[in-house]
Amino acid sequence: MADGNVNDLCIQAATVNGSGSQSSNLVITKALFHMGIPVAAKNVFPSNIEGLPTWYDIRITPRGYQCRKRSVDILIGMNPATFADDAGNVRPGGAVIHEAALPRVGAAGREDVAWYPVPFARLARERIDAKPDLRKYLQNMIYVGVLAELIGLDPAAVERGVHDQFRTKPAAAELNLEAIRLGVEYAREHLVKTDPFRVEAMDGTAGRILLDGNRAAALGALMAGCTVLAWYPITPSSSLCEALIEHAQRFRVDPETGERRFAAVQAEDELAAIGMVLGATWAGARAMTATSGPGISLMAELTGLGYYAELPAVVVDVQRAGPSTGLPTRTMQGDVAFVHALSHGDTRHPVLLPGTVTEVYEDTRRAFDLADRLQTPVFVLSDLDLGMNLWMTPPLPYADEGIDRGKVLDAEALERTRDWGRYRDVDGDGIPYRTLPGTPHPRAGFLTRGSGHDENAFYSESPRAYRDTMERLRRKIDGARMLLPAPQVEEAGRPGLVVAYGTTHHAVIEARDRLGEAGAAVDYMRVRGLPLHPLVAEVIERHERVYVVEQNRDGQMEAILRQELPGTLCDRLRGVRHFNGVPIDAEAIIEPVLAGEAAARRPPARSAVA
Amino acid sequence: MTIAADKTNRIGLTRDDYRGAHTTLCAGCGHNSITNHIVKALHDSAVEPHLLAKMSGIGCSSKATAYFVDRAHGFNGAHGRMPSLATGAKLANRELVVVGVSGDGDTASIGLGQYCHMIRRNLDITYVVEDNGVYGLTKGQLSATADLGSTLRKGRANDYPQIDICAVAIDLGASFVARSFSGDGKQLVPLLRAALAHRGTALLDVVSPCVTFNDHAGSTKSYAYVKDHDAPVNTPDFIAFQPEITVDYDPGTVQDVALHDGSHILLRKLDGDHDVRDPVAALRALHEARRSGEILTGLLYADPEIDDLCTRERLPDRPLAHLGIDALRPSREQWAALMAALV
Repeated sequence: MADGNVNDLCIQAATVNGSGSQSSNLVITKALFHMGIPVAAKNVFPSNIEGLPTWYDIRITPRGYQCRKRSVDILIGMNPATFADDAGNVRPGGAVIHEAALPRVGAAGREDVAWYPVPFARLARERIDAKPDLRKYLQNMIYVGVLAELIGLDPAAVERGVHDQFRTKPAAAELNLEAIRLGVEYAREHLVKTDPFRVEAMDGTAGRILLDGNRAAALGALMAGCTVLAWYPITPSSSLCEALIEHAQRFRVDPETGERRFAAVQAEDELAAIGMVLGATWAGARAMTATSGPGISLMAELTGLGYYAELPAVVVDVQRAGPSTGLPTRTMQGDVAFVHALSHGDTRHPVLLPGTVTEVYEDTRRAFDLADRLQTPVFVLSDLDLGMNLWMTPPLPYADEGIDRGKVLDAEALERTRDWGRYRDVDGDGIPYRTLPGTPHPRAGFLTRGSGHDENAFYSESPRAYRDTMERLRRKIDGARMLLPAPQVEEAGRPGLVVAYGTTHHAVIEARDRLGEAGAAVDYMRVRGLPLHPLVAEVIERHERVYVVEQNRDGQMEAILRQELPGTLCDRLRGVRHFNGVPIDAEAIIEPVLAGEAAARRPPARSAVA
Repeated sequence: MTIAADKTNRIGLTRDDYRGAHTTLCAGCGHNSITNHIVKALHDSAVEPHLLAKMSGIGCSSKATAYFVDRAHGFNGAHGRMPSLATGAKLANRELVVVGVSGDGDTASIGLGQYCHMIRRNLDITYVVEDNGVYGLTKGQLSATADLGSTLRKGRANDYPQIDICAVAIDLGASFVARSFSGDGKQLVPLLRAALAHRGTALLDVVSPCVTFNDHAGSTKSYAYVKDHDAPVNTPDFIAFQPEITVDYDPGTVQDVALHDGSHILLRKLDGDHDVRDPVAALRALHEARRSGEILTGLLYADPEIDDLCTRERLPDRPLAHLGIDALRPSREQWAALMAALV
C-alpha cells in the first residue's frame, strides 16, 4: 500500500438534504480532527429544506490544504437521484460505499473503483430500535461506522465526535453511537477492503479549533462592542446574525434584571435593516447588519446616505452566486466591484477582504473602528465558503486593545470649541467632527441630511459647497488606503505573480506548491482591502506577468486594478476566473498559470521574413 | 403667576428656544401651521431640546424638521425610510424624544412598508403625517391618500381608492391614532402633547392643504372642504403629569386616558359615545365618516398599555450608545471557555 494514500484523500458524502446527513458528516470531520489530521470540509448544499441532492466533501492532506479538490477518492453514495453522476466523479482506483439497493448502471457500473454495497435501509429497519422518522437519520449514521472501519478512524475519536455533535443530548449520542457500531460491525463481517486509502493519527491539529467564518465574524462584532444588529434573513448570512444574537444572549444579559445590553431587530427588508443601522450609529451606538448580494442591492440607496451624511455602519456581505436570486447556496466573489462603489452618484466605500476565519473575525472587529474613524459605511466581504463551512483555525485571540470611536465632540469638548461646523475639515484628513443626539450642549444640535449641505450642515445647492464636499469625501476615503490591512506579499524575485483575495487564498496555497514542484514557481500577493494599498502597485511593478485570480466571471478586482494602476502596468494583468458556484480548487489556477509561464519561457516565434 | 413665568416653561425655556430655521415652504402652506403647533406643544411639554430627535423622510413635509428646535439634532433621511432611521436611533439611545415628520407620499406610498412595521413594533415616536393628498415637491401628482374621485388642479380625477393611514394603523394594532387639521391648533396641540407623553407609536395624521397644488374645489384636502366636512369625535385636553394642571371639564362627557408617563389625556366627546379603547368602533367610525364624505378628527384610538419596542427588547435604562466597551465584551475567562468548546 503506497504511503501517498495515507492521510491524503477526499471523501464525498452524496445524500439527500433534510435526511440528517449533516450530523454524520460533522462526526466524521470532528473524528478526523481529533485524530490530529488536518481536515477541510465543504458543504455543497441546495436552496431547499428537504429532498434535493447535497454533497459534503471532507478533504484531508498532510499539508493541511483547506481548499476543495476536484476529484473524489471515496464516495458515500446515498442519493438515488445523483448516484450515477456521483460515481462518475470518483477517480480511478477510488472507492464507493453505497446503499446496496441503488442500481449499478451508467458510471455506477464502472469497474476501476472498489464497490462497498451496504444495505443501510434494511439495517436501520431491522437493527435500530427507534421511531421510523428517527431511523431515517440514524441510517446515515451507519455510514460513519462503515467508513470508520474501512479507512481506520480511531473509535475513541469517533466517539468524541459524536459527543461534540450531541453535546446537550446524551440519549441521542448513545443512539447514534449504536448506529455507528452497527456500521463498523457490518463492514467487518461483510466487506473486504480493496482500496488503498487509510488514515493514521498525526499531530496536525494541535492548537487549532474548528469554526465557521460567520460565527467568527459575529464574535468580532461582539468583541467590538456592537450593540445594535438589524438584519433580514438571507442565505448565507443568516447564521452570522443568529450567532451574534446567541452570543449576546450569553454575554450581554444581566442575570438579575434580564436586561439586554444589545438590541437585535429582524427588519422587514434590507432597506430597513441598513436604515436602522444608520439611525443607531447616528445616535451613537455601534451597529451592523449582515446580508448577501440581493440584500446589498436593496442597501444601495441608504449606503449612499451613509456616505454623504457621513455615518458609520458595518455591513458584512457573505457573498453568494448572483445575479438576481442566482444560486443562493453557492459561493462567489461577485460583489466586489458593486460594493466598493455602492449607490448612485459618486460613492466609494472601504472594503475589507478577509480570506481566513481569523481574518473575518479581526476584520469585522476592526471594521467598527474604521467606520467610526472614517464616519462612513465599511464593508466586510466574506463569502459562503468562508462563512458557512467549518475551517481549522487557531483560537480567536481576545481583544486587548481599546476601541476607536473617532472624532466625536461631547459637551465638554464643545464648551472648549469656540466655533464648530459638522462638516469642516479641521485636521486636513477630510474627516470632520461630529456630535451625537442627546449631547447636553446648546451648540451640539444640527440637521443631518442626505441632501446638499455646506460645511455647517445647512441645506445648500451652492456649486462650490457641493464640489468642496465631494472633494473632501474623496480625500477622506483615500486616507483609508493606509488604515486598511496591507496586502500579504510572498516575493522571491520570480517574474510571475499571482494576485488573489478572500477565500481564493486557499486554492492559491496548494497551486503555488504544485507550480513550484512543476518548475513554475510564482510570487504571491493577496489584496486585503479597498481602496488599494499603495504597496499593491509597487509589487505589481516588480513582476512581468500578473495572474489576477478571482471567483467571478468579469474579473471585478482586475477591473479595479486597471482603473487604479498606471496604464503601463495594466498590460501585465491576466485574468484567471472561476465561476461555477463551488469553491475554487488548485487546478483552476495551476492550468492557466502553467500555460502562461511556459509561453513566456518559449523563445519568441521567428518571423517568416527574418 | 407672573408674565415671565408664562413665557418660560418648566425647564426655563421660552417659545423662542424651540424655534428653527425660517420656512422655505409656500406661504399659507398647512405644514407651516403644523410647525407652529409642534413648537407650542414641545414648549408646553417642556421637552429638553438636546434630547429631541427630529426625524423625517423626503418631501415638502419632511423639510419641516429644519423649521423647529434648531438646537436639537435632526435627521432628514431618505424617502420613505424615516421609520427605520428612527428605530435605530431610539434603540441606540432610548432617552431621545423622537418626533417624526412625514408626508402622505413618504408614508402611504414609498414608505408604507416601514410605516406598517414601525407600528407593529410600537416604536416610541410621535409620528406626524402632514397629509395633503398630493406630491408637492415634484409639482402636483396624486398621492395614495387622495380620495377616490378627488381631482388635481389641472382636473384629472383620482381613479384609485385612498389608503387611510389611520385605519391601517388601527388594524395593525397601533397604540395611539389621531387625525387632525393643520388649521385647528386647539385640537392639534393637545393631541401633540398627548402623543409626546405616549410611550409607543403615536400617529397623528394631520390634513394639511397644499395651497399650490391641492387647494381647489375638486380636492377633498382643501381648506374649504375640510372646514365644511370636519367631524370631530372628541376635543382632547392634555394634562401633563408635571406640573399638575387642572382643567375645566365636565365629568359626564369626558374620557380619561392615563398615559405611560403618568400624564392623562381627557377627551371631550362631541358625538356622545366614541370609546377610544375600542378599535372596532374606531374603524367603524372612520368608514362611516368616509361614506358620508366627512373627515373624522380627534383621538380615534389609544392603548397606552402596549409595551414599546425598547421595553419589549428589555433594553436597560442607560442608553446602549452610552455603554462602555468593558460592559460589552465577554471576560477573558468567558472567551477562553468559548474557544475551548469549539472543536
